[in-house]
This record gives sequence, structure tokens and C-alpha cells, in this order.
Amino acid sequence: MTPAIELANVSKIYRRYGGRQFATLKSALLQRSVLRGLQPSETFPALKDVSFSVPKGSTYGVIGRNGSGKSTALKLVAGITKPTSGTVLVDGRISALIELGAGFHPEISGGENVFINGVMLGLTKREIEQRFDAIVDFAELKEFIDAPVKTYSSGMYMRLGFAVAIHVDPDVLLVDEVLAVGDAGFTHKCLDKFAEFRRRGKTILLVTHSLNLVERFCDEALWLDGGHASAHGDPRRVVDAYLTKVEEGEEVLLATTTARAVEIARPRAAAGTTIPLDPSANMLQATEGRSSTSSEGPKRASDMFGAIEGRWGSREVEITDVVLLGRDGEPSFVFHSGDAMSVRLKVRANPPTDDFVFGIGLFNADGVCCYGTNTYLEEMNPDRLAGEAEATFAIHSLDLVEGTYKLDVAVHKRDGYPYDYHRLLYTFRVKSRLHDVGIYRPSHHWTFSPNVRFKPEEA
Amino acid sequence: MFANLSQLIRYRGLIQSLVARELKARYRGSVLGFFWSFINPLLLLLIYSFVFTTVIPNRLENVQPFALFMFCGILPWTWFSSSLTEASGSLISGGNLIRKVLFPAEILPLVSVLANMVHFFLGLPILVAFLVYYKRPPDALDLVWFPVTVLVQLVFTAGLALILSALAVHFRDIRDLLANVLTFWFFATPIIYPWSQPEVLRFKLLFDLNPFTHLAVSYQEVLFFSGPFGHLKWLLALGVASAGLFAGAYWLFDRLRDSFADAV
Repeated sequence: MTPAIELANVSKIYRRYGGRQFATLKSALLQRSVLRGLQPSETFPALKDVSFSVPKGSTYGVIGRNGSGKSTALKLVAGITKPTSGTVLVDGRISALIELGAGFHPEISGGENVFINGVMLGLTKREIEQRFDAIVDFAELKEFIDAPVKTYSSGMYMRLGFAVAIHVDPDVLLVDEVLAVGDAGFTHKCLDKFAEFRRRGKTILLVTHSLNLVERFCDEALWLDGGHASAHGDPRRVVDAYLTKVEEGEEVLLATTTARAVEIARPRAAAGTTIPLDPSANMLQATEGRSSTSSEGPKRASDMFGAIEGRWGSREVEITDVVLLGRDGEPSFVFHSGDAMSVRLKVRANPPTDDFVFGIGLFNADGVCCYGTNTYLEEMNPDRLAGEAEATFAIHSLDLVEGTYKLDVAVHKRDGYPYDYHRLLYTFRVKSRLHDVGIYRPSHHWTFSPNVRFKPEEA
Repeated sequence: MFANLSQLIRYRGLIQSLVARELKARYRGSVLGFFWSFINPLLLLLIYSFVFTTVIPNRLENVQPFALFMFCGILPWTWFSSSLTEASGSLISGGNLIRKVLFPAEILPLVSVLANMVHFFLGLPILVAFLVYYKRPPDALDLVWFPVTVLVQLVFTAGLALILSALAVHFRDIRDLLANVLTFWFFATPIIYPWSQPEVLRFKLLFDLNPFTHLAVSYQEVLFFSGPFGHLKWLLALGVASAGLFAGAYWLFDRLRDSFADAV
């Protein structure tokens, strides 16, 4: 099949500091762009040697982080801007849902704007007349269509823009993250409209952050990363590759966050005198059970979070290193719900002691303690701890919902006297394909009587 | 370039709509609405008549009533100068369209010129009213040349508008520069003084080089002075030159077209 859109080795370079494109009038007349004389440090490549082709009638998704060149690619396809090098070929009438209602004039009525916008997008007056009612119905603006556009809410404005653009009836539809328009009902209508386009064999190029949409809708996907085409092909594969990369990025971010928190906490501890006077500020003591009832437990936990991250204790036993380990035993900061996770503490006891308790606490982003325990609560009787030692807290299945979590680790005496207390210093993320809610996810499954049926999962 | 010109014809519906939008939007929300198109030139005329008949009166015999004489030049000049002022900023203020919609950019400066032409036409009834009031009906034969003069001015203005709008995208100084140039140009053109004044004739060569001289004089001869249309040759020559200017302007605009989306 002949491609509807074909980009071959396309690069687009912008000037970094937004200066003039031409240095002098003469250079403008000769079209001697200043880009040519610039050092690489003065230019910004939005797209670097990107090639892809979209077959007729297919839906093609473009994903990538902010600033990865998605919108630039779309603008090149739309012909709004020209590539610095390479070629862009498009076969058929294009309608670009890039900026909805870009041509609307605020002072004139919605109806008049529909006409002008329609003509701008390439319709004739008669075509617009024929479609006018459909456009107004689609935008759900029947009663406001005679009011000036400046009185519209932003949702109304976008809906009208979307309605006009979608009724241009293009062969190639370019969509740039416009499904966030309007409420859930309208989004549904838009998706239905896209589905109708697909049925009629139109080509759709979709730029979006909704990976879900790409997986459900697209025949193929392209992942742009920093202007490079990182992967294209099967949407699931591309989305997975992208997610993996995003996780790597998060790992780095969380690692920095954690390292910084630990670094900041260190000097205060070195002073060695910051043992909190209020014993209730010691979380592990609070979770030591005997005194804490279920009614005051959660309240304390949120009080706990009010306490800022930090580190205190006598350092007779010092926690020298804390590492989170993933399923494969490698240090990590991002885990999948249901994966195994371990927390490995390295400690140094100086002098040796026979009174020690290892404790751990997990907090979610709202400051709710998801889980807390220690060796004392689990009725392990300390005997001896000397020199360098390691303690690993292994979670077989990390049954937490998606979110960011913080970790407390501590070593203290049985009476709560802290040796080394690390409060909320360690951050990790739990990812999940599901968007279930709550504090934790009990391992579960559903069963149904035979007369309850679900469709098989889409391939 | 010719392909682009034919595209322009294909987009005439859009040009029409945009001109209509421009006119509708301009007075939307004002009490007098379209009447401002009449009132503006009328007020301008009152000011100039006060200055040039009372404060520093011009008593040359053949240009009485002087207010009427000036009006014949001021009306087209207003069209010309506001067209260029608006056109030079048209691509920048229409940046949203150029960046986000695939859209032949030359439409924007042309719409500025055409919308101001409509204002010019709306000002004409005032002129007619004054011609009737002063009992100075223009020669019917001369009047044939009125549309020609308008056409020449249209082509000339459109050419300049294309150049200015395209260059203003890259050199924003043009808009400020233009305001000053237009003021100078206004006084350098025989609009508030007659072309036939001996002091003016001393600099005839310089005035001949000013294209708007020939437009202003043509309007004055067609509408104000009786007798044959002596300036016809100049007008036709300017017409040819304007066509050339427009072609050159379009070529320049076309060359810079691809840079607009990135620069506005």
C-alpha cells in the first residue's frame, strides 16, 4: 500500500536563543539563513534524522516525553513548517487538530467563526452550510452559537474548534493531544469519531501522552526520544520500550532524591545530640503495639509524616547503607506491584551490644503508614550484634498500589532509645498497569457464576 | 509563483470571509458601529478644514473650497497608510494561524489592505455629500477613471503590504520605522497643498519620484478639478510599475514564506 505520510531522514533545527533568522536585510533577500553559520551549541535540533511512513488507512501513534519532537513532527507533516533537511510527503487532504480554534476571532459569534474556520481549513462555503448543524450538534453549543466566542468557556471554545476540524473530512487527520478537550462524555464522542474515521479508511496520526490510547487504537507507534526515533512498530512493544526508559529516568530521579535526603540528614546526626525529646515522635516505638490502639494508630501515623525527613540517634549502632533491591537482586528505585523487593541495611555496631531492634516502616505519599514492623514486635530476642553486619527485610510480593512511597529504617533499643533512626529518607516508586486505589492490594482474584461473562481481553 | 497566485484565487472565499470578519469585529460592541466608518473621515476633514481655512488658510484661487480639495487626497491616503500599518503587523499578530494552521500567509496582509479599502469606500458617500453641498459635480467623463485610480492604488498598496509584512516578521523595527516614514511621506505628497503651487513645482522631479503624488493628483483631477484628466499618463505608468512591484513583492514573500512559521 502506498504510504499516506512519509518522512525520510527529516531533521529540524531551531535556533536556540530565539534570535532573528536572518542577520541582515540582505541575508534575508538572499535567504542566507544564519542557522548555517551557527555553532552546534547555538542550535537546537528538534528532530534528528527521523524516518517513518504511515500506510494509508492506518492509525499511527507518536509518543515520547515533553520536548522530544512530537509536535514538531506533526507540524512538519501538516506542512506548517519546513524541515531543515530531508523530505516530507503527504498524500491527501490534511486536517490538523493541532491548535483547536486557532483562527477564532473573539468578537464575532460562534456560528460566524465556524464559517471562517471551516474556510481556513479548506472547506467551501456550501460544504460548511451542509455540515453546519452537524458541527454545532457535535460541539453541543446549539444555544450559544450566536454568542461571541469571547464569552465561551475554554471547554466550549475547544469543543467548537474540534467540531469544525473533525468535520473537514480529511484523508489524513493529525491529532495533537486534543482529546483532553471537554468532559468524559465529549472525549468519548471524539473517540467514536476517530473510530468512524478508521472504519472509513482514513489515516490518523496521533500524538499523545495517553499510552493506553496508543495501545488500544493504533496499528503502529513511534517513540521519539530527544528528537530521535527510538523505536517504531507494534504499539505494545513501543509503549513497553518507552515505559522502560521512563522508569530508568525515574530511577535516576529517585536515586538523586534519596542521595540528597541522606546527604542533608548526615551532618545533623553527626552532632549526635538530636535525640527527640518526645518519645511519640519515634514511629517504631509507636508501632510497638502494646500501647497503640487501632483508633490512635492512623492519627499518629499522619502526625509522623508531619515530622520532616531526618536522621537521629546515638550512633552506637550506625546504619551505614540502605539499598532497595528488586526481583533480580539489583539495586532499584522503581518496582512493579506484586514484585519482590528487599531492603538491605548495612550496620556497624561499636561497641557490641545485646540490646537492638531492627525496624522498618513504609509510608505512602499521603503520609499514611502502609506498614510498619520491627524485630521486637516479631518476637525476635536480640542476643549479640558486633562490628559490621547486614540485615535484609525481604518482601515476597510488594502488594502496594501505584504511587510514590517513603521508607523509614531504624535500629534502636528495646525501650525505644534510638541508635540510628532514618526517617523518610528513602523514596521508591511502585508501578502498576492497573489503576486500583487504596493503601495496599491484597492478593486476590475474582470468580463468577457462568452467566456473568466478560469479553476476552483485546489483543 | 503563478501556482501560488492561482491558489490565491482559490482562497478568495477565505479572503472575503476574513475581510468581512475584520469589518464586523472592528465595530462590534461600539454604539455607533458602522457609522464610525463615516464619522472618522468626517472628523478628520473637520480638523483639516479648520487648520487650513482658518489657522493657516490657503487662498490659492483654483483650489477653493480648500477642505473639499484636501478631502480628495486625505481619503485615499488614509486607506494607504492604515493598510500598510496594519499589514506590516499582520503576520505577527496572526502568528497563531501561521504556526498552527496550514494557511497561505499572504492572505493576512492582503486582508488588511482590502478591509481598509472597504473603509475607503464607506468614506466616499461623505465625499459625494460634500461635492453636492459645494455644487462641484465632477466631470462624468473623468469619473470613468476613478475605478482605474483605485485599482492602481490597490495593486501598489498590496505590493508594499506584502514586502513590509514579510520583512517585519524578521525585522520588527520595520513597524516603528514605517510609522515615521508614513508621516514624512504624507507631508511630501501634494495632499494638503496643491500640486500646482509654484513652490511645489520647484521640486517637481522629487515629487515625480513619489508614487503617491500621482495617485493623489489623479484623485484630485478626477474628483475636484474640472477639465481634462491631464495626469492620466502618469497614472497608467504607475499602474504598470505597481504591477511589477506586486510581482516582485510576491516573489519575495514566497521566498520568505517558509521562515514565517518559525519566526513569528
